[in-house]
This record gives sequence, structure tokens and C-alpha cells, in this order.
Amino acid sequence: MYIIVIGGGRVGYYLTKALLEEGHEVLIIERNPSICNAIAEELGSICYRGDGCEAITLEQAGTARADMLVAVTGDDEDNLVACQVAKHRFNVPRTIARIRNPNNEVLFKKLGIDVTISSTNLILEHIQEEVPTHPLTHLLEIRSKGLQIVEVKIPASSSTIGKPVKELALPRGSVLSLIIRKARRPIVPTGNTVLEAEDQVIAVTDPASEGALRAALRGE
Amino acid sequence: MKVVIMGCGRVGGRLAGLLEANGHSVTVLDLDPYSFRRLPPGFKGTALVGNGIDQEALKKAGIEEADVFVALTQGDNRNVMAAQIAKHIFNVPRVMCRIYDPLRCDMYQTLGLEAISPTTIFAEILREKIEG
Repeated sequence: MYIIVIGGGRVGYYLTKALLEEGHEVLIIERNPSICNAIAEELGSICYRGDGCEAITLEQAGTARADMLVAVTGDDEDNLVACQVAKHRFNVPRTIARIRNPNNEVLFKKLGIDVTISSTNLILEHIQEEVPTHPLTHLLEIRSKGLQIVEVKIPASSSTIGKPVKELALPRGSVLSLIIRKARRPIVPTGNTVLEAEDQVIAVTDPASEGALRAALRGE
Repeated sequence: MKVVIMGCGRVGGRLAGLLEANGHSVTVLDLDPYSFRRLPPGFKGTALVGNGIDQEALKKAGIEEADVFVALTQGDNRNVMAAQIAKHIFNVPRVMCRIYDPLRCDMYQTLGLEAISPTTIFAEILREKIEG
């Protein structure tokens, strides 16, 4: 794939290095000439000096044939504009933007940016995973369908232990996909599968049903 | 009308004064409180320190009740982003923004933003004056 990376900071640099190792054709667009030179010395002539939000720069970088544009500068507004120019002027099929302010996720999505990555949210999700008492963890978002893949832990004190899945008051918007037991054996649950203490239940749910799903599984 | 102006530079400060003189309710938002010196003496509108691409700051500036939002910071991308927040998140009836880069300005006009490029306008004025 031909991938254009906007911003040659730490994120852009390591991202490009990893993508090159995977065999992709990558071009970094960076405004600062000394950063450009440093990248060129380390990774070869794959850094183009210019403003990645300007249509002229993107045209010279061959954006029209790019499969993907990833904007990872430190400023949300620059990442937004780079992605919008790529999308609307050059029809780049996939645009990815790094965002600093997690509140911007909704706006970026509304404006057609395909993927947004918020380091704040990523760290938060990892903390949720690490904290054992956290009852519901977001594992993955299926953005195009507005669904979440979540994990619900069944504590030893839960009133649903010993009950079959069919007796749980599961919300309509949620489907149980997998149960992971202590012995790490994954089970595809049926109506007759009985919940055990310390089960990790993986479910697909719409965000509105999350609370009801958690309550049904844990007997809250 | 209720008008929120983001960026209290020379244009923002002047526009705030003109609109207020005509009886409109004006709120000016800028990151730097020192910029408010550009507001006319006796300005009775609201001057607020805040980042116009932050939705919370925009709410504090009263964007939810605003009839008009104008983005006039020095950064094209900041203006573009703030204008799109005003238009698509807060549904402000009229949203305008300054974009220095003519190409970017054209693109956002086709995407439905009321964008103005002072570069294009000023160059055109100069050309007319030179050619007579």
C-alpha cells in the first residue's frame, strides 16, 4: 500500500519505520526542515518537506494514488484539515487522524474521517482493562455499525452464577459471543451454558444497552 | 443578533466593536487576554479567555444560543475546525470563517462553509488599483 504520514514527530517517525518494515511504500510530510533531514538520514529519502494541509503539497506527494493518509501531528486541527483535504480533493479511500482532545472524536467522525485515534482514550481503556474491579471493558468499536465489543467480568459474588444464559434478562441490543473460563478455555455460549464465577464474557452490544447488559450478566 | 467571534486580532476586535455599535450582543473568545486591548474603549460585550476549538469553551461563550459564529484566528486550520464545530455540533444558523490559503478556502466553500480568503480579495483589490 502507498501510505502518506503527515507529521514527522515521534509518532510519525516510529509509525513510518514500522510500516516500512511491513513492506509498505511510505512518505512522511513534515514542515520542519531539520526534522526532515534527520528522518532522511535515518530512513532514506522518504520525507517530503511541506505543509501536509496544503493541496499543492499533497498533490506533489502523489496523494491521488495513496491508499491511506495518516495525520499524526500534535494538533487536532491540522490533522483534521489534512484528512479532509486528502478525502475531498484526492479521494483517498482511508484517512486516519490522531486526536488529542477525546471530545473531538464525534466531530471527526461526522466530518467523514474514517478512523480517529485518541491516546487519552487508549490509555483510559488500558487502565479499565488493568483494574480488575472494572465491571465492563471496551475491547473494540465497530464504528461502521455503531457496535461495541465489550468484556464483562462475573465476580464470585454475582447472583447470576449457576444460571443458564437463557434465564438472564439480556437487552435486545446485546449478543453474547464468547465466554472465557479460568482454565482459559473459550466457550461459545448457548442458552444452556451456565455462568461460573470469574467468567469473562465477551459480548457485542450497542452502546445504549451496555448498562443493561452489565446488570443482566452480573445480577445487579 | 447574538454573535460569537473567535480570535480578537485586528479584524476580530474591530468587527466586535462595529457589531456592538449596531446593537448586537457580542462575545469575543481569544486564548490571550492581552488581545482584548484591541476591543474599542467602553466595549460592553463579553470578552472570554478560551480555546475556540474546545467545545466546552464554545459553550461558555454561548454558542448554543448564537445566531452567528465567526472564526478569525491567525490559523486557517483552527478557523476551519472551529467553524465546523459550530456548524455541525452546535448547529449555529450562520457560520463564517477566514481562510488565508485560497485553495483551502475553495475546498471548504464547496463543502458548505461560508469561508472568506482575504488573500484573494486583497490581491484582487491591488490588481484593480494597479491596472486602473
